[in-house]
Amino acid sequence: MIELKDVAYTYGGAELFSGLGLTLAPGSFHFLTGPSGAGKTTLLKLCYGELTATSGEVTLFGEPRRGLSRDQLAMTRRRIGVVHQDCQFLDHLPLAENIALPLTVAGRGDEAEGNLKDLLAWVGLTKQAGQRPPELSGGERQRAALARAVITSPDVILADEPTGNIDWEMSQRLLRLLVELNRMGKAVLIATHDLELIRAAKAQVSARVLRLTGRKLQMAGAEL
Amino acid sequence: MARLPRALTLIAGDPGADRSVPPSGFTAWLTLGAAAAMAFLAVFVLAFSAATGRLADRWSEELARTSTLRISAPAEEMAAQTAAAIRVLEQTPGIAAAHALTDEEEEALLAPWFGSDLPLAALPVPQLIEIVEEGEGYDAAGLRARLIAEVPGAVLDDHARWREPLVAAASRLRLLAFVSAILIGAALVAMVTLAVQSSLAANAQIIRVLRLVGARDVYIARAFVRRFTLRALIGAAGGTAAGVAALFILPRSDVAGGFLTGLGFAGQSWLLPLAIPVVAAIAAFWATRAAALSRLRAES
Ligand SMILES: Nc1ncnc2c1ncn2[C@@H]1O[C@H](COP(=O)(O)OP(=O)(O)OP(=O)(O)O)[C@@H](O)[C@H]1O
Ligand SMILES: [Mg+2]
Repeated sequence: MIELKDVAYTYGGAELFSGLGLTLAPGSFHFLTGPSGAGKTTLLKLCYGELTATSGEVTLFGEPRRGLSRDQLAMTRRRIGVVHQDCQFLDHLPLAENIALPLTVAGRGDEAEGNLKDLLAWVGLTKQAGQRPPELSGGERQRAALARAVITSPDVILADEPTGNIDWEMSQRLLRLLVELNRMGKAVLIATHDLELIRAAKAQVSARVLRLTGRKLQMAGAEL
Repeated sequence: MARLPRALTLIAGDPGADRSVPPSGFTAWLTLGAAAAMAFLAVFVLAFSAATGRLADRWSEELARTSTLRISAPAEEMAAQTAAAIRVLEQTPGIAAAHALTDEEEEALLAPWFGSDLPLAALPVPQLIEIVEEGEGYDAAGLRARLIAEVPGAVLDDHARWREPLVAAASRLRLLAFVSAILIGAALVAMVTLAVQSSLAANAQIIRVLRLVGARDVYIARAFVRRFTLRALIGAAGGTAAGVAALFILPRSDVAGGFLTGLGFAGQSWLLPLAIPVVAAIAAFWATRAAALSRLRAES
């Protein structure tokens, strides 16, 4: 569904990575690791089309990213749920409306009801539904970001450090949610430093672990 | 044809889209205030245009009613002088026709003052000749000089002609009012465009988030369009109401007896100002839409 071929990305002269290839097929489960600053977030941004590759080809659902009009990109984004590292909420709206936002902008606001309640319960935010994002803790915001990413039941889920500020037990709940969605055929990619999380996932699904380091993307060694 | 319903949904709204952008005090007041001020001015421009229009209509009506030649002569000379006057008039350039009123016509003319059983034949009533002008009209001084020589009993009455340049001025004033109305509309559009752009800039982060979750440009623009259209509508309604109230307070013409026949509207034209808020809302709608879409397009 998402395919990167021989992709390079450069921020103003400094090349972050090159010759990078990655395919997110339906039902695939990937972890992306690597040192801080290696370019994991950048790679994710290429996958949902916020950035365009300096060279190489990025294909989103069969369409080259370069050829997408602004409206087409918007439609493509509706098929990709993203947990941003910095969450990205509308601070003036209550949490529930933020989580339902992908449905609202797609004109599917009426579908939010039941889904939203279940999701809020699953990520443990039922009580906080009426609060505004700035009033929440970092972990609460991350849980909300995950709920927003999956509310449309997208084909691809990209999560950037979704468990960075979250306790182990809650991390397990979030992982369960992603594993369940993966079993329904969704492609999942999680960027994380959390080795415990990767181990826990491998016990449930056949996940591939990629390591972005030294400008290259590699399969991680057997230690994981 | 599908445009209008779409325009209506843009205004009537998608509260979801509207909520996604927080209301910002500064641009809200700017738009509201600008629309109110412009509407207030527009009321006076409209009233001015209506007043000059009425004036021009009345004057040109009087002008069209021709001038007259009056012949006072002893009864035995009347017929000869009338014939001479007609001959002179027919030879004068700028006169389309000259028609000596018959007794019946004169009687009808005098009836309102003296009743209809007036023994016209027995009275020394002057003979009236109606002059219908054409083109630029005739040279009154030249005609008078000729009449003194050839028809001693003739008096040329052209009292209405001095208003001719005033009618021209009045129509020019109407044009001026029209241009002013357009300038007022343009100023409102410019103001709304600036307010929308500043509002878009202030909400850049919100627009970014909306994009990330898959909002299309029209969705984002909608939040701004609805809000700015409503502000312009409400502001203009307020300004119009204030303008109309101010017109009511102005002294009536029959009291002040001024040059203009009273700045204001007459009869049904009091409904005219109702169009101001509607026009303001339509202008704001298109200005916001164009400003928002072009800026969103330019951004990425
Ligand atoms: N907009 C930008 N302009 C210039 N440089 C940038 C920009 N965004 C990121 N970078 C640089 O690119 C490098 C990779 O950033 P990125 O956020 O992709 O790293 P990361 O692997 O996600 O790190 P972390 O694990 O800390 O989240 C960093 O050195 C960063 O300074
Ligand atoms: Mg990162």
